[in-house]
Amino acid sequence: MTRVAVVRFPGSNCETETLAAVARAGGDAMLVDYRETHLRHADAVILPGGFSYGDYLRSGAIARFAPVMTAVRALADAGGAVLGICNGFQILCEAQLLPGALQRNAQQRFASRPVDVRIERTDTICTSDYAADEIIRIPIAHGEGRFVADPDTLDALELDHCVMLRYVPVDGTDAPYNPNGSMNDIAGLCNPAGTIVGFMPHPERRVDPALGPGVGQRFFTSLMSRIATGVAA
Amino acid sequence: MTAVAIAEPFPGERPVTNEIVREHKLNPTEYRAILDLLGRTPTLTELGIFSALWSEHCSYKHTKSVLRRFPVDGPQVVQGPGENAGVLRLPDGWAVAFKIESHNHPSAVEPYQGAATGVGGILRDVFTMGARPVAVLNSLRLGPLDDARNRYLFAGIVRGVGDYGNCMGIPTLGGEVSFAPCYTGNPLVNAMAVGVLREAELITARAHGVGNILLTVGARTGRDGIHGASFASEDLSAESQKRRPQVQVGDPFTEKLLLEASLELITGGFIVAIQDMGAAGLTSSSAEMAARGGVGVEVDTSKVPTREAGMTPYEIMLSESQERMLVVAEPHRVDEIRAVCQKWDLDATAIGQVTDDGIFRVVHDGRVVAAIPGQELVDGCPMYSPPAEESDVARSRRALTPAADARDLADALERLLDAPSIASKRWVFEQYDGTVRAGSVMPPGCDAGVVQVAGTSFGIAMTVDCNARHVLLDPYQGGMGAVAEAARNIACTGARPLGVTDCLNFGNPEKPDIYFQFVEACRGIGDACRAFGTPVTGGNVSLYNQNPAGAIDPTPTVGMVGLLADVTMAVPSHFRVSGDAILLLGETRGHVGGSAYWAEVLNTVGGAPPPVDLDAERALQQFLADAADRALLRSAHDLSDGGLAVALAECCIGGPWATKRYGATVDLGRHADTVTDAGWLFGEDGARALASCDPAHVAELQRLAHTHGLACHFLGLVGDADTDVIVQRDDRTWRWPVNRLRRIYLDAIPRRMAAAPSDAGVD
Repeated sequence: MTRVAVVRFPGSNCETETLAAVARAGGDAMLVDYRETHLRHADAVILPGGFSYGDYLRSGAIARFAPVMTAVRALADAGGAVLGICNGFQILCEAQLLPGALQRNAQQRFASRPVDVRIERTDTICTSDYAADEIIRIPIAHGEGRFVADPDTLDALELDHCVMLRYVPVDGTDAPYNPNGSMNDIAGLCNPAGTIVGFMPHPERRVDPALGPGVGQRFFTSLMSRIATGVAA
Repeated sequence: MTAVAIAEPFPGERPVTNEIVREHKLNPTEYRAILDLLGRTPTLTELGIFSALWSEHCSYKHTKSVLRRFPVDGPQVVQGPGENAGVLRLPDGWAVAFKIESHNHPSAVEPYQGAATGVGGILRDVFTMGARPVAVLNSLRLGPLDDARNRYLFAGIVRGVGDYGNCMGIPTLGGEVSFAPCYTGNPLVNAMAVGVLREAELITARAHGVGNILLTVGARTGRDGIHGASFASEDLSAESQKRRPQVQVGDPFTEKLLLEASLELITGGFIVAIQDMGAAGLTSSSAEMAARGGVGVEVDTSKVPTREAGMTPYEIMLSESQERMLVVAEPHRVDEIRAVCQKWDLDATAIGQVTDDGIFRVVHDGRVVAAIPGQELVDGCPMYSPPAEESDVARSRRALTPAADARDLADALERLLDAPSIASKRWVFEQYDGTVRAGSVMPPGCDAGVVQVAGTSFGIAMTVDCNARHVLLDPYQGGMGAVAEAARNIACTGARPLGVTDCLNFGNPEKPDIYFQFVEACRGIGDACRAFGTPVTGGNVSLYNQNPAGAIDPTPTVGMVGLLADVTMAVPSHFRVSGDAILLLGETRGHVGGSAYWAEVLNTVGGAPPPVDLDAERALQQFLADAADRALLRSAHDLSDGGLAVALAECCIGGPWATKRYGATVDLGRHADTVTDAGWLFGEDGARALASCDPAHVAELQRLAHTHGLACHFLGLVGDADTDVIVQRDDRTWRWPVNRLRRIYLDAIPRRMAAAPSDAGVD
């Protein structure tokens, strides 16, 4: 079975449902404490959502110094699968495993709502089970999700197809389709190889069909099949 | 009677004089009782302890005799009133812990921190029962948004509520927000928390075992919040703003660690008892735990970890620094407890022990600075039953009627949808994480929140409700109505009501007309709870909600939980399919007295609110749950503020993020009756709901309604997307484009808040 480490930082608060989503997709989910220095031979690591260290300084700014981050970086460098969800995305940006930064939402308020995002790449570690350009409706919940980068970085991201998820308008929506003012409507990024991914939406909250369309489940099934075929690491 | 115990003043502390007694808000009768109890003059530390525990907030001295009349028993009750939270039984060994509490006074002077710490406090009350919090709800009342300070308070309160729950990772699943002039300067912030536990793992706040150790866990003790409990027990005035430094500061990050550590300590069996250091801090937690267990305690304040040097025992005992717990444990467990806390980066410090002499004793550096008979300290405050009498003003208010109905009833609906009390609260709940924990069944904006109990098929439905205008006009009917509305909201999701927690917000009880409101509203709540089989398991009383302009409208907020047997059968609130049949459940009698229509459109707060028919309410609740069990309903929405017209508009407008909104064609003319047009459209008779269903199910639903003795009228059909909402009655037709209604409904609050100052509070 594929082994997936889910890191708990002080203040993480989405680790339980992230572990459950991995298990539902057939993975062997392990909770790893932020003080650990290795990932127990995990095939993939997920940095879950939450408010690491309260996000009192800047989202993810302290978590990137946690002991476990050395092991996360080593896995990333070896081409292993690394996912950051919401606060995890913020941590990956702070750790410079992904470019750019996530700043306070443009409207200066926390945003909790469903958004419509388009799958811009289906050859990453977590999107292979989606159709190209598929649009899914999925929840966000964050105060600091406005992606910003300098113009050169932004151009490079587009050129290298590193935008994995993009906020898009759909018929009938009367709320701003870009919920936080992100540049280029970016909701999620990957490295050019598609092995390090970070995004603001919460697929782990949409995996149980009993509670509505389980549109988030395929992030996790994609990850399982990607690891099983041995492409990563 | 316990023997007289000796204590000496802490060096440098002022001797107790009559003036100091007055400063501590103790009246001569109460001070006399203290002298009798001690047989000597109290030390300043002792006086501070008495003033906290004998404050209205802690002692319930004006309300206990009334609260005693609530029904508290039932087969589902695991833990009734008197603990940190009430607990009710769920299937398969599970239980739900829930409680509501106010944080009104702090929020009036410091909205962000006041509201945030209100959420923090109620969460601690739930997880100290051994329950994992799964949802938060809140009831907010503010002055009108055309006032800049009200906008500032509103923005700060919403941000405070949101930031705390969001950081903790607890979804905010529902609530209510309403606006009326009486809340200007005295907003109400009532927060409710709901948690889930294995019934076998329930723990109570009952100290026992002589020689057991008292430990503080969590944050250090600072000088913030000293005398918060006394502050909550006085009228708000121009002086109150000076109390801003007394408002505690919240740290949800530490609380998240405290939550995990506490649950690990409880489920691991490491501890005997645990209580939050909430109002009156170390004083109330230690004294109440000892009194419940019938033992004494000795607290050494020189061992309490403090944020700053030189804190006196008086300050340490009365600090309301947040995110602290008091734990009782057997001595041999102390090392294990420290290890668990260390895992969560928290300190655990032994600060005292359980004793056998029944004395509440405080020592500091070996000196006894307080020694008070413990049981009397907690139970000995003189109780009051002040006179209760309805005022002439209140009686004549009930007789008031507006001069005439609105000329244009179509316009009246638009004005109602634009009224912030009725309009969409999307601006509010988009600031609250509503999906964390991945268990939310119903999104915010529905009749009730529903959360799945992880690993089971069932869910907990939850709501908070109160129509304060109805309570103002007729406290007894309004009290019943608050319970009835909560139960309707629960039932609309398909769930069955289980029990109640209440947050009783009133003015100064020493005024007979206010006390009348209190007594009558409580009688109404009690009668409705008895009729529905939903016992009261606890709650909170907040009195002295007055500013110089007068008292708030009586606002007994009712928090209710219910059981939804199968979360996949949950019934949403809004129309979902064109061509579905629209059914009106319950009888329309056309009572417009006390209605939102009178208040918002005709500027008349008056009249008699609709009388509550408890039998009809119960029939409706049972029908809705039965119909949901059989999967016959596509949607169900309760009728309340604004009556049928507002409910119909809301069903058509759809949820806050809906991409489809439906038209509808409804014919009221097939019912020969004497009800006026305004009565049909805007009357607020209770025991009604608006449902939609597959047309093939109409006959079966009508048969089911008949067996419950419930009226079930076919009104018309759900229309196509983006069309008109049309209501006909004989030769009259009212018509609104649904997208126009939606825009009015969604924009009402953001449009007003756009005028708010950009910096709405404190970071």
